[in-house]
Amino acid sequence: MDPLSWTGQIAFLNPVLALGLGLLGLSVLAWIVLSCLLPENRAITPSGAGLSLPTGPRELTGLAVRLTFLLTAAVIAAYLILGLVLGTGAGIIGAIAQRLLPVWIALVLLFALSVRFKQRMGMYGKLFDSPIGMIGFGLVMFWVFTGIFGAFDLIITHDPLAQLSGLKNKVPGTPLPSPEEGDFQWYLLGGDNLARDVFSRMVKGAWEVVKIAPLATIFAFMAGITLGLPAGYFGGRIDTFLSFLANLILAFPVILLFYLLVTPEIVQTGLPQYMAAVLFAFPLIFFAVWINARFRTQPHQNRLWLSVVLIPLVWGYFSVINQTESKINFLPQSLDLFNITGGILVVFVSVVFVNSPTVFRIVRGLTMDIKTRDYVAAAQTRGERPWYIMLWEVLPNARGPLIVDFCLRIGYTTILLGTLGFFGLGLPPESPDWGSTINEGRKLLAIYLHPALPPAFALLSLVLGLNLLADGLREESMKD
Amino acid sequence: MGLFILRRSGVMILTALCLTFIVFVLTNLEPNLEKLAKTQGNFRMSDEAVNSWLNNNGYGQPTVVKYGQWLGALPGWTRTTEEGVTGRCITGTQPESEADQAARFCGILQGGWGYSTRFKDDVASIISVRLGNTGYLMLWVLVIMVPSALIIGVLAGMREGSVTDRSLSTVSILTTATPEYVSGVILIAIFTSSTVGLKWFKGTATSAMENPTFENFFLPVLTIALYGMGYIARMTRASMTEVMTAQYIRTARLKGVSFHNIILKHALRNALIAPFTVIMLQFPWLLNGVVIVETLFNYKGFGWILVEAAGNNDIELLLAISVVSVVVVLVTQLISDIGYVYLNPRIRIS
Amino acid sequence: MSKMAEYDGPILEIDKLSISFFTRRHEIPAVMDFSVSVQPGEAVGLVGESGCGKSTVALGVMQDLGNNGRIVGGNIRFKGRDLAEMSADELRDIRGNEIAMIYQEPMASLNPAMKIGRQLIEVPMIHEGLGEKDAYDRALEVVTDVRLPDPERMLQAYPHQLSGGQQQRIVIAMALMSKPALLILDEPTTALDVTVEAAVVELVRDLGKKYGTSMLFISHNLGLILETCDRLCVMYSGEAVERGSIAEVFDDMQHPYTQALFRSIPLPGADKNAHPLVAIPGNFPLPHERPQGCNFGPRCDYFEPGRCDQGEIEMSPVAGNDRHATRCLKHLEIDWAAPIALAEQKEKTQPGKVVLQIDNLKKYYEVAANALFGGGTKRVVKANETLSFTARESETLAIVGESGCGKSTFAKVLMGLETATEGEILLDGNNIEQTAIEDRDTRTISDVQMVFQNPFDTLNPSMTVGRQIIRALEVFDFGSSDQDRKQRMLELLDLVKLPRAFANRMPRQLSGGQKQRVGIARAFSGGARIVVADEPVSALDVSVQAAVTDLLMEIQRKEKTTLLFISHDLSIVRYLSDRVMVMYLGHVVELGDTDQVFSPPYHPYTEALLSAVPIADTSVEKQHIVLEGDIPSAMDPPSGCPFQTRCRWKTEVPGGLCETIVPPTRQLQAGHQIKCHLSDEMLARMSPVIKVAAK
Repeated sequence: MDPLSWTGQIAFLNPVLALGLGLLGLSVLAWIVLSCLLPENRAITPSGAGLSLPTGPRELTGLAVRLTFLLTAAVIAAYLILGLVLGTGAGIIGAIAQRLLPVWIALVLLFALSVRFKQRMGMYGKLFDSPIGMIGFGLVMFWVFTGIFGAFDLIITHDPLAQLSGLKNKVPGTPLPSPEEGDFQWYLLGGDNLARDVFSRMVKGAWEVVKIAPLATIFAFMAGITLGLPAGYFGGRIDTFLSFLANLILAFPVILLFYLLVTPEIVQTGLPQYMAAVLFAFPLIFFAVWINARFRTQPHQNRLWLSVVLIPLVWGYFSVINQTESKINFLPQSLDLFNITGGILVVFVSVVFVNSPTVFRIVRGLTMDIKTRDYVAAAQTRGERPWYIMLWEVLPNARGPLIVDFCLRIGYTTILLGTLGFFGLGLPPESPDWGSTINEGRKLLAIYLHPALPPAFALLSLVLGLNLLADGLREESMKD
Repeated sequence: MGLFILRRSGVMILTALCLTFIVFVLTNLEPNLEKLAKTQGNFRMSDEAVNSWLNNNGYGQPTVVKYGQWLGALPGWTRTTEEGVTGRCITGTQPESEADQAARFCGILQGGWGYSTRFKDDVASIISVRLGNTGYLMLWVLVIMVPSALIIGVLAGMREGSVTDRSLSTVSILTTATPEYVSGVILIAIFTSSTVGLKWFKGTATSAMENPTFENFFLPVLTIALYGMGYIARMTRASMTEVMTAQYIRTARLKGVSFHNIILKHALRNALIAPFTVIMLQFPWLLNGVVIVETLFNYKGFGWILVEAAGNNDIELLLAISVVSVVVVLVTQLISDIGYVYLNPRIRIS
Repeated sequence: MSKMAEYDGPILEIDKLSISFFTRRHEIPAVMDFSVSVQPGEAVGLVGESGCGKSTVALGVMQDLGNNGRIVGGNIRFKGRDLAEMSADELRDIRGNEIAMIYQEPMASLNPAMKIGRQLIEVPMIHEGLGEKDAYDRALEVVTDVRLPDPERMLQAYPHQLSGGQQQRIVIAMALMSKPALLILDEPTTALDVTVEAAVVELVRDLGKKYGTSMLFISHNLGLILETCDRLCVMYSGEAVERGSIAEVFDDMQHPYTQALFRSIPLPGADKNAHPLVAIPGNFPLPHERPQGCNFGPRCDYFEPGRCDQGEIEMSPVAGNDRHATRCLKHLEIDWAAPIALAEQKEKTQPGKVVLQIDNLKKYYEVAANALFGGGTKRVVKANETLSFTARESETLAIVGESGCGKSTFAKVLMGLETATEGEILLDGNNIEQTAIEDRDTRTISDVQMVFQNPFDTLNPSMTVGRQIIRALEVFDFGSSDQDRKQRMLELLDLVKLPRAFANRMPRQLSGGQKQRVGIARAFSGGARIVVADEPVSALDVSVQAAVTDLLMEIQRKEKTTLLFISHDLSIVRYLSDRVMVMYLGHVVELGDTDQVFSPPYHPYTEALLSAVPIADTSVEKQHIVLEGDIPSAMDPPSGCPFQTRCRWKTEVPGGLCETIVPPTRQLQAGHQIKCHLSDEMLARMSPVIKVAAK
């Protein structure tokens, strides 16, 4: 087998892309310079003149930017589509585009459905009015689908842990020296210093992030909300105490905390489990109070809802914190639904622990603002209990900023997970997560670029996507 | 104002005590001590040997007592054996007569930072040398990061929705989405590797400890600065756009004030209140960046000893590191509060 | 930069102006075909409800419409020059120099981080090239002109160190710094208290004369326009509907909207039983929902299908009057003098038994003197001092006062959100003053309910209207099943005259008046017997106010509710209340029947308050009383009588009693009490503040 080049048969597109990018760069530059130099446009456009061709230099450069952008986008799309059709014929890009086929299908379906039904989807639907939000959402969902399909072994070309002799540090597109029947013939993005496939490791790494980051962020939000609401609503001593605790955690340099918490010795002491027992209890408290506040006046329904929601939650809770051969081991084996290995648990717990004080501060601030509204006073004057007011009157009206922050925070959590991997903390040494891969790759960076850069760009694009998504959401929610 | 600073200092001390205590407890957990004993003695020590090593070196006492000794609130331990007296405040084994001369208290309060088991050296001297290295790094980071972030933010927020705004905002979003270990790797790949071939800079900053030059020092500085810059720039932009839509800006405009005077005289001061706080609160984050970048570029500063100390459970060094970093964080918070009051005349009480 | 050359035509001519705002998809027309002209020295009022485009006109004149606003038709000429054709530099020379503007929120329009002096001297330094010293002297002069005490200190102060009234005077001073030819005032007094408003209005009027400035005065308040302007222009939904001199428009109106507007505001002589207000039916149309033809058509009594809903309607001059024009096709046919088709007259309800008795109620707060840094000395704020009164079944008791008078604190104590410091509140003879809301039983809670001021804040934005009412029913233990409660919720919507389909709507889909109705339905859901209405209509537009007020009265009549009506607006208080309680800085200064309070003898504060309220009736003659200074802070009340710092009768009390001793409460007639040191003879000498001349 021949080594694959980057573009194969579609190499003819390369000069076009270069041209497109060059023109785009030039026109953006011209646009910026002109917008600084020329005075603000205050001209009065008489009605009906909106459709005539732009005349001023400002408008012309604006048009140029738009056209070159479209050109570049079209070329990139051409790469992908031709790649999809030609597969390895179109080089590494083609092969990757083809491997990612399930992701493309899922993305197209998702976007088509969402745009079609965006009127009925509230805040989610509004996201599709904002180009920035759409780009961000696209990036995020790309990695989410990649992670999910990767977990089902759909996209990867090789076992991310398998080491094939002769492929150590080999450049992208290197063919397998002795392929067996049914093996994929190339290391698409080359091999790392242990001769593992970089592409498959990157795809598997996406799953590591997708499975931990959103969930950890949700738990951080549960804890932050459950504590932030009373701190903001009651103020006084509770507030002073909780704020002190939050500031305490925030004053801790995160890396020091990780180094202290995420070690095998700490896992031995059972500390992560105790912390999990505390942190994972917040969702239970949250939902119990939430339902109870709502149905306080109707005891019958209250009991019904509480049991429907709490029984599975409590069971799940015990399953999570209970672990055979550890300090917390009281649940009979038959009732323990799943076990989380100590390494993952401690990573999870410390990420939640680091994130919740910030959420706490945001919720507290929002609560202090919203509690001065008349509808809160109206609830007070009809004798509502404080927790009803916090959870049903205040919280739903704080959801806009919270959702925005949620997106940003998933990004931050992703960065934290990468940091942990980078320092080799917590996750098993062979784990394909991006942080660890970057760390392994960086050591040979002066000679071999390909092992470190793919995970670096993957992480960058996912976090960028989340940031753009948050920006789009913020922009759209401010329009109301 | 004086009262305010006093109260804040009180809270600071309390926070520092709590944090060091937490670090103390975590580092003194049994498995950690066992690991320490084995690294100091030998790895095949039996459980009894571990225990006796711990007892001989004062680690067998209750955690609170040990903490008190470290703090200098309790007298340091001593142990008399046939060879002489060992103790917290005694170097090596001394005959009884000389041991009596030694100070009874030797904790942080007395200026005794302890002894590093990893570097076999005085903690105080290690910290001062490494902190100096990092301080130099941080200084340049701030010099690059703060002005560029503020300028980007102000330019972007000046005319919301304009071309300048959109391009600069994109840049700042991009940098906030790039953690140091990603931007560092990319920068190293582009500017130092033989594959790309630019080779403008050096991929390691080890030589910068003695002789910092643009070539060996710029990349680490840039790596830290980039990540923080985007965040501050976005805050500045948000604050600037908010100010620019404020009514008093309209008042100024309708008074006939020219655009650049509106920015310079009316908007800037109000717009910089929020970013100032943010810059100060960035310090704990910068500390993270320092650890990553020092690892990445092999620059032996404060971050590097943190990694070393934590990896080897060097208790006294770790505690010293946490004291220093907590103090840095809290002092910047205090400065941020005071600065906020100073910048914002509405808060200042006449 | 000097002024433009002398010019003797109209200062400002707006001709067929149309302004639109552009969003990503739509064009939203904000102002359409609007024309007005302002002659030298003339004051022209621009009146209309919120959203009618009056502020947009002002910003259009300033050429400051923001990124998405555009003038799409017509032109604006200032001293004969088209503003749209000026370059940015020329415009900058005019702004602040020839045309100055005064805004609604004084606090927001002053730069918080800049000393007041700097903000003032900037103006002549830019426009006249004055040196700092000369500019400072000018500033000192103008600040003295706007009657601010201690001008030197004022110039050294930051805006937040001044009270709202003082800030507005500074804004006025800033506008006058370059002696502009045209002054635009955009609701300059809305954020101020009534007595402060009166003083500011007087100041504006006097300075306008002194400096010879023309004025464009924008307000929603017809009374204010009457007091300040020579001519006015009534706007409705983006259009001018009627234009003319004050006398023409007020007494010889030629547009149905103007007429309806006057009929819906409580003027002296209106009475809730004999002469009820006539509310304008329907709602103000949103810009994209404007009807074909006449915008006012759907709400107009004279509407003629096939005629009023066809095509554009032009402004047409009214014969016989000078520069009087109306946008009504039928203005010649309508009999404008026809008496109001009297709405249904109602029997005066008789107050029943006493349900609420307040006895010597006191509420003190302890606050830290220094909010940010905490600690330090604590101060006691006396929010309520010795409140005593009773309220009967189906009676309306109005509580009147300006900010800081303690009316809201009283409401909180009554509702149980705070507990009293001293004294008693008896509900049906049971003490509730020390029972916080958590400890009250459901019956007590549902008996005493509240209607809030701000319609945009009174409903939870993320819960449907129906759900919010049902929740109240749940909390009040109404009914036994969800079905019962749902049924009751629908009935309550009927009660407040909202369509049942509104149950599934979110609050943001409702207009202000509709939200306020939901608030009323919610308050009455538990069969409330005492309803505290905290300025329930003050945030609503004039044309909606009457409808909501009517609704409240009607429910009260039906349910025999005791209504505690908190308000600062004496016109509406006179219209609907049976008894009135006037409060000032926590003290009840006067209490009595509506007639007793509104006719002499008055408490000096009541007298000033009555004089301060603008009345939109040309036949009313008011005695002119302007109070000096601002309302003292409740944190730091004056010694002796709380009103002594501003009282014009103080000199009539011998021995400086006012400054040392809080006056005792005196009974004048049955049920009429005041808190004043004035002797009976002096009180008897007082003359009525408001006189209605025979028409």
